[in-house]
Amino acid sequence: MEPATTPNTPESSTSGLRLAIAWLVVGAPLLWGVSQTFIKALALFQ
Amino acid sequence: MAATSLLDRSRTVAGPGFNRWLIPPAALAIHLAIGQAYAFSVFNKPLGALISGDVAKPAPDDWTPGQIGWTFSIAIVLLGLSAAIFGKWLERVGPRKAMLASALCFGGGFLIGSLGVHLHNIWLLYFGYGVVGGIGLGIGYISPVSTLIKWFPDRKGVATGMAIMGFGGGAMIGSPLANNLMNHFKDSAPMGVAPTFIVMGILYLIFMQFGVWSIRVPADDWKPAGYVPSTEHNDLITTQNVSADNAIKTPQFWLLWVVLLTNVTAGIGVLETASPLIQETFSDGALGAGKGVTAAAAAGFVGLLSLFNLLGRFFWSSASDKMGRKTTYAIYFGLGILLYALIPKLGHNAQLILFVVVACVIISMYGGGFATIPAYLSDLFGKYQVGAIHGRLLTAWSTAGVLGPLIVHSLHESAQAKGLSGAAAYQNVFYTMAGLLVLGLLANFAVTAVKDQYFEKGPVTPEAGGH
Repeated sequence: MEPATTPNTPESSTSGLRLAIAWLVVGAPLLWGVSQTFIKALALFQ
Repeated sequence: MAATSLLDRSRTVAGPGFNRWLIPPAALAIHLAIGQAYAFSVFNKPLGALISGDVAKPAPDDWTPGQIGWTFSIAIVLLGLSAAIFGKWLERVGPRKAMLASALCFGGGFLIGSLGVHLHNIWLLYFGYGVVGGIGLGIGYISPVSTLIKWFPDRKGVATGMAIMGFGGGAMIGSPLANNLMNHFKDSAPMGVAPTFIVMGILYLIFMQFGVWSIRVPADDWKPAGYVPSTEHNDLITTQNVSADNAIKTPQFWLLWVVLLTNVTAGIGVLETASPLIQETFSDGALGAGKGVTAAAAAGFVGLLSLFNLLGRFFWSSASDKMGRKTTYAIYFGLGILLYALIPKLGHNAQLILFVVVACVIISMYGGGFATIPAYLSDLFGKYQVGAIHGRLLTAWSTAGVLGPLIVHSLHESAQAKGLSGAAAYQNVFYTMAGLLVLGLLANFAVTAVKDQYFEKGPVTPEAGGH
């Protein structure tokens, strides 16, 4: 069964918490990877 | 068949009020996982010492670097082939089913590969990580692209740039993760590789489920709140649609194929040579005793390039929303030609800081080239089967994956055979890459609007994608 849809609906009804969790799930490992790479890159400037 | 129906496209249509900013994290969950492929080289030395147990002293029966190197090459070739083959299937069944297939193949590839490592059977490693994992890479790479374009018609470059940035970030996660796991398991299995493959396969399979179950497609009549399509006439942005089968009959598709091929091949020229290039060019002999670039500093340089590869994907792709795709690629090529030609001179003059800055800008445009191409395709061919068209275009990446290293190694070896060393040994590599960029610039310059004969005549539906 397809959910009903409405064009031009506002984007605010999704909870901010859900949005924050979604970004945290992918943002945390990405930030960890970037920080590891950044630490490695510092060797170039030492 | 409740489980099957949950995967159907119709079950992924978003309801009213759904926030489209939930889609980029779903796409990132896939790209952050499959981007691990770019960190496969972290396994090269351990895989070459499974029998001897010492990376410095491989046993005669240990796998050679050449044998191991084929694993990544097979994966990249399969990435392009599977993206081309499964693109239309993806458009028909929707992103959720495709993402699940990608997760199963990518995670499963690790598990089969671990068996190959455990049995010391290279063919099983090729089949697992290379073939099965490579199929997961291809399906996963294109799976969120058309969905993102449909959710962000007003910011196509931003949206696809975010996802494809994840592919660059995946290597940054995959490399330290693999090192930590191999270190943890080093006493329980040769070099700790087989259990590391198992753990990574399971971790990625689980992580990708976040993308599988949170992805949504917009309803056919959905538009962002307040979005009014531009009424300004632009030949290079169509409001019509071209099918994947018709797209490959157009000169525009093949011009963009050349654009992607040349941009990626040239970027590989820097990536393949980065570590030896900076060490040999800026050695103690060139900079003075004790001032030369060490192996650790060279690894730092490679890390810095990875960061700019990641940032470039988001920056350039987002900028293309404002500048236009053709102009953005003209910058990649025009500026790229100058910078590639400059690299040997900077090496010759021992200008280390400028050399690093130039290499970082070059790599940012290499990443940008990957991230901007889906939006360019969508502008020219419409959003109908843009995922499938993108999949077919990725065969250019596979070709570059073979062509790039071939050009680099043959030119470098030929220069060494002539007695050249340091920056001089790489001079022809960079001049050749600059020449390739001229070809890319011309191809991009030749891109014009798609002729009317290729557009779909009636209304199009996603479900028609698989005919």
